[in-house]
Amino acid sequence: MNDIAHLIQLLTVLLLAVFVGFEVISKVPTTLHTPLMSATNAIHGIVFIGAIVVVGTLFAGPTSPMLTIISVAALTLGAINVFGGFAVTERMLQMFKKKEGPRS
Amino acid sequence: MTVALSLANLVAVALFIYGLHQLNSPPTARAGNQLAMVGMAIALVSSLLQTQGVGWWAILVGVILGGTIGIVAALRVKMTAMPQMVALYNGAGGAAAAAISTLEFFVLANGNGENAVVSVSLVLSAIIGCLSFAGSIIAFLKLQELMTGRPITYPGQQVVNGLILLAILGLAGWFVVTLGTMPVLAFVGLLICALLLGVLFVLPIGGADMPVVISLLNSFTGLAVAVTGFEINSTLLIICGALVGASGTLLTVMMGKAMNRPLTNVLFGAFGSGGGSEPEAGSGGPQQIRSAGADDVAIMLAYASKVIFVPGYGMAVAQAQHSVKALADQLEKRGVQVLYAIHPVAGRMPGHMNVLLAESNVPYEQLLDMEDANPEFPTTDVALVIGANDVTNPAARNVKSSPIYGMPILDVDKAANVIVLKRSMRSGFAGIDNPLYEMPNTSMLFGDAKASVDALTSAVKAL
Repeated sequence: MNDIAHLIQLLTVLLLAVFVGFEVISKVPTTLHTPLMSATNAIHGIVFIGAIVVVGTLFAGPTSPMLTIISVAALTLGAINVFGGFAVTERMLQMFKKKEGPRS
Repeated sequence: MTVALSLANLVAVALFIYGLHQLNSPPTARAGNQLAMVGMAIALVSSLLQTQGVGWWAILVGVILGGTIGIVAALRVKMTAMPQMVALYNGAGGAAAAAISTLEFFVLANGNGENAVVSVSLVLSAIIGCLSFAGSIIAFLKLQELMTGRPITYPGQQVVNGLILLAILGLAGWFVVTLGTMPVLAFVGLLICALLLGVLFVLPIGGADMPVVISLLNSFTGLAVAVTGFEINSTLLIICGALVGASGTLLTVMMGKAMNRPLTNVLFGAFGSGGGSEPEAGSGGPQQIRSAGADDVAIMLAYASKVIFVPGYGMAVAQAQHSVKALADQLEKRGVQVLYAIHPVAGRMPGHMNVLLAESNVPYEQLLDMEDANPEFPTTDVALVIGANDVTNPAARNVKSSPIYGMPILDVDKAANVIVLKRSMRSGFAGIDNPLYEMPNTSMLFGDAKASVDALTSAVKAL
């Protein structure tokens, strides 16, 4: 029963996050949609933390070479998202400039 | 789970949400991205401290390998190739979620946990992750032109996809009923089916529909991450996944609206397979088309008071964004007002054209989206269409039989003069005739977009 209460708690968090997400993202102008996508790529790089958690339980016991490879793969993919996503977003946003100097 | 870790996660979530909020305008966007970076750093460091060194070398290898690949790719990628890049990042996120679920499966198989919530979320995250990964790889191959961008169709396609989906559902049901203790081979079969479905569902989608597909795969990846959060009981993953999922879904809906087509039509319509020829546009098209020389067009541009550039995928392919800016500079020097009209689905991903023009230093105030651009066209002297086709096709307004009928378009035909830069008279991606080319106020300037724009620039300079 406790499990179900906990599940409902998590679902509440999910629901609220979805609403906040829609609300916040709907304010992003079309000009910034590409950087928005790469920024969300970086944010879903949070799976890296998921990988850390699973690797933690896995490596506490005996593991096999195959599981080790999958672990490293999961961590690498997550890291690619985090570092690559933020770096490319930063690179793009640097380019969005205002008009230099007053003109007409 | 310590208080410190929960607190760190709370701060991270706040920074993510505020960072995304800051993306609501170009001047604050960069600060927003940096806030999100700080949030990520806080979340990562606090989670790392929690591991107490278990598996530290695997984590180190992952960070070094992934960090190097990610940063080098981010610094090297051409702005024209952003759609491919984002497709790969989507795929990486999906694959990571699926890999985590696979690892969890082996933990479960060792009898470490038996819980309905974990089994359901595990199998969902594995399936969605695989779909997103495989679909993204196909999208990447299409965008990188390593395979044809045309829809790939074969008879019975939907039946095959349906059967695979049934197999996935069956295996997933088995997995949940046995609380994750099904044979390894069956689980591997499930992963393979999900990968296969991911490949097959993107294959029939054409290049022009890529903005929708990339957005959809983005939302899939977000969903996979959120479900992974349920699997490992992490609100941080749930929230981040939900934010990404919401973003991807919203963009998907926007792109669908911009094309006035329901999502199902994009996914299953195999749009642009060039099925039937469209005889509605009257007889003998090519005779009615006027082709102009760079010098004539240059004069028209130089003595205009307002010029609107309408960029499309052709500008990206020709890498012409810097040349376009150079031409705009020449015109502005002569006192011509220059604006850019950008259709939501121009290019291969949401905002693609904006980033290219930003790269060539076009101030973002000059970039108009469709609603702001259309009222400008009637008072525009010259609309210069650079590698855009279907998004300017007036058939969408008045030819009921046209496949793009009803799609909101940029009303370039309402400008006093329309110049279309085009490689040849081949019809656009969707294989639809464009009556714009035959209108009396339209002239065509044939050739590579970059070469044509450069020729215009030097011709304007010479005046």
